[in-house]
Amino acid sequence: MLDPSFIGTVTKPRAVEVEKGQLRFFANATGETNPIYFDETAAKAAGHPTLPAPPTFLFCLASLAPDTENVLGKLGVGIGRILHGEQRFTPAKAIYAGDTITLTTRVADMYEKKGGALDFIVQDTDATNQNGESVGSMRGVIVVRNG
Amino acid sequence: MTITYDSVSVGDALPPHTSAPISRHTLALYCGASGDHNPIHVDSDFARSSGMPDVFAHGMLSMAFLAQLLTKWVPQEQIRHWGVRFTSITPVQVKVQCTGKVIEKFEADGERRVRLEITAATDKGQQTLAGDAIVALP
Repeated sequence: MLDPSFIGTVTKPRAVEVEKGQLRFFANATGETNPIYFDETAAKAAGHPTLPAPPTFLFCLASLAPDTENVLGKLGVGIGRILHGEQRFTPAKAIYAGDTITLTTRVADMYEKKGGALDFIVQDTDATNQNGESVGSMRGVIVVRNG
Repeated sequence: MTITYDSVSVGDALPPHTSAPISRHTLALYCGASGDHNPIHVDSDFARSSGMPDVFAHGMLSMAFLAQLLTKWVPQEQIRHWGVRFTSITPVQVKVQCTGKVIEKFEADGERRVRLEITAATDKGQQTLAGDAIVALP
């Protein structure tokens, strides 16, 4: 049973740099074939200033700059008990290599299903770049397997 | 070829996109590349001690394949909003088959948009992700 008093908990803003090598590594790991995601010359030819971050990379940035409040740890949730339930993205502006993205995550909701066999934690993350512009937001739902 | 609003109809399918077979090596690479270091995806001893029969793929790896389905169709900048539910676990050794279709055409915020239904499934026919995307079209 999760402690609902954690709803509304907001992380401290955490900054993470978008590294070109990390983008290339991600492109390789995901079998990306579109060269704008790993070849800077191709990216520039397509009108980008440098390598763009692909559509799910904001989630990776959140993993690379973990929640300093450690909400899951304080809730007593072990990493072996969690599954990803849902993920949504609302992009606002392109993220590029060299950007510094600042993330703020809020625990939006918590609820249980199946008589407490599964707990759900809903987290909303807002992201801004080094110019203070919103680059988008995302919502993730984590499922905790109990018992 | 540029996809335009007038060139698509409700019911149209996007060109499908299929991943390479997901090996344990794929999961090790994705672990490092994504920053998601949860050992349940790469350490079979840890996975079994957590009550799972084996390691399994990161849901976000399949979501990255769905992103490729979209970005093969239109430039990424045209994606307005998208998301998925992870409906079942993706085991190792499967290919992930991504499909999408146009389910609505509409105007919003002064631009023309389509709503897509998107799904990922294993090559054994098990659906793994189900979601939707709103994409602006010229």
